[in-house]
Amino acid sequence: MQAGSSWGRWPRHEQRLVTLTNRFDDLPNSPPMLPFGNGRSYGDVCLNDGGTLLLTRGLDRFISFDPVSGVLECEAGILLSEIIELTLPNGWFPAVTPGTALITVGGAIANDVHGKNHHRVGSFGHHVVEFELQRSDGLVLRCSRDCNREWFCATIGGLGLTGLIRKARLQLRRVPGVWIAGDSQRFASLEAFFELAEQSDAEYEYTVAWLDCATARSPLGRGVFMRGNHVRHDAAAPRPKPPRALRFTPPVSPINAFTVRLFNELYFRRPAAQAPAALWHYQPFLFPLDGLLEWNRIYGRRGFYQYQCVLPGAVVDEVGTLQEMLRRVAGSGLGSFLAVLKRFGDMPSLGLLSFPRPGTTLALDFPNRGETTLRLLEDLDTITRAAGGAVYPAKDARMSALSFQHFFPQWQQLRPFIDPNFSSSFWRRVIASTT
Amino acid sequence: MNRILIMGATSAIAEATARKFAARGDALFLVARNAQRLQAVADDLQLRGAHTVQAYLLDACEIDSYPTMLDAAMAQMGGIDAALIAHGTLSDQLACQASTDLLRQEFTTNAVSCMVLCTHLANRFEAQRHGVIAVISSVAGDRGRQSNYVYGAAKAAVTAFTSGLRQRLYPQGVRVVTVKPGFIATPMTAAFKKGVLWASPEAVARSIVHAMDRGAPVVYTPWFWRPIMWIVASVPEFIFRRLRI
Repeated sequence: MQAGSSWGRWPRHEQRLVTLTNRFDDLPNSPPMLPFGNGRSYGDVCLNDGGTLLLTRGLDRFISFDPVSGVLECEAGILLSEIIELTLPNGWFPAVTPGTALITVGGAIANDVHGKNHHRVGSFGHHVVEFELQRSDGLVLRCSRDCNREWFCATIGGLGLTGLIRKARLQLRRVPGVWIAGDSQRFASLEAFFELAEQSDAEYEYTVAWLDCATARSPLGRGVFMRGNHVRHDAAAPRPKPPRALRFTPPVSPINAFTVRLFNELYFRRPAAQAPAALWHYQPFLFPLDGLLEWNRIYGRRGFYQYQCVLPGAVVDEVGTLQEMLRRVAGSGLGSFLAVLKRFGDMPSLGLLSFPRPGTTLALDFPNRGETTLRLLEDLDTITRAAGGAVYPAKDARMSALSFQHFFPQWQQLRPFIDPNFSSSFWRRVIASTT
Repeated sequence: MNRILIMGATSAIAEATARKFAARGDALFLVARNAQRLQAVADDLQLRGAHTVQAYLLDACEIDSYPTMLDAAMAQMGGIDAALIAHGTLSDQLACQASTDLLRQEFTTNAVSCMVLCTHLANRFEAQRHGVIAVISSVAGDRGRQSNYVYGAAKAAVTAFTSGLRQRLYPQGVRVVTVKPGFIATPMTAAFKKGVLWASPEAVARSIVHAMDRGAPVVYTPWFWRPIMWIVASVPEFIFRRLRI
């Protein structure tokens, strides 16, 4: 047994570790088991207290790549950053990337991750051609839209519970190079955000906004809107900088009400926030935090909570709901260092339990201050529930079973697909009897 | 472009090192005994940029087949510029104490096979007057310990053998590199870090490539094993024999 935690550094759970290095091996017989990729989900979807974690990073081989069709076949422990390194010189890029490229293909499928281009291309699952699912009884299922479709849909967004994804075939998308061109502009209110999103979503592949959550000043919801498209540009690609790493965990987190407010103020006022014509290398645009490895240590020993919800419905309702949330957050004095706002597109997700759905998604993070933080998050759940929204399991470490079953009323349909020898800390928590 | 033969190509260290060769476009000839795994590694290296990749199935215990294998490598790549010998097993010490058959078998796999292959390579490289032979030994070969002295003895043989071979081939411009890794961690993430003594195969691969290009003839990897093993080797016997390590 070895203690470990995920990206939020909280909670810490004890589990047996089994390293997988050969995709032809049988699964070990060590229930309950759960695949663990690169540990970038924030809460406990990738933890398995008292059980076994199947570490998949050793399954990191490319199998085939067709530079004409852009279909890549690889083992499931490969990182999106490794795919980019291989395929970008040929003009191919993962169709969907979340805010970090340091996630495995298996994790991307199991959480059906989304990116800044959801309004155009949907989520990760939409670009999975096929994968191989290994069950603990020895069965290996080839899953695609046409073959074992129900297993395909259960496994996309299936939180690793349906078996081990050993390898996958992905449809990449063409890009002209490493550059992304677009602009960045400040906005003063949530209404202004929705207007910008409305204007931009048709013309820009990537749109995302950063939101100032630290101030209770009216109007609520000022921020910075960024948008961009892959472009051909003659500038030479900058020499890749080796990422720095945060090498120690501060005993007291420097993140507090004052620094959060200061950071948000500076972030809003920095000159680059208002840039009518910007050219970014894809790295800082798509993966701004990958340049600082282990940045999650900044929150100190007690770690932090992420909170990401999606609010469906008409824009007027969403503005009201978001304002309510922002008021609650500002009132808590906890602030949020990085708040991200994004309009999802209308493309229905393929996964049975996928998170992305039409509406607006808000992501926040909070240092773990025990009860105070939990109470705030519980209140946010109540607001999300009332709005008919949902909270993202990949980022969650604390939502109640009641909330989960409310957010994902179809959760019972996943049950027949769950491998009897697989489970996770998250799953045991959210299916606990609520009576 | 270098033409490189890799023995034991599916081992973690060999694979990590081969990826570095592939990234710079070397031609690779991979030898291992498990067909499926070998093919998986070969496909991967081809995609990662290797000039050519040939997979050759052979169990390291089939020592008599080495000349045939080497002929195939020379024919398919048009010659060999460097070889990395990375095959081996981590012997089960207690089982070897109980079975002398197993003891002999382990010694054959970890020492004799390696010395035979080195000899074949040395004779060919000597004739062509260039080449690099890199051999994975181990810090365990620096001093026998009760917990793994069968493995340690085999690695000690490899270390001594390559030391002598290095002298013999020096005038011919053929280099011999002895690599002594410490503890190698299997691929892990930051969430489950092992102690500071554990190195990733990737880090070990980096020092192997550096040593094969131009580095020191004897490489401890990571470097801090050199002072650690110096201390271990310096402990007087009257103390050492009482230690439970």
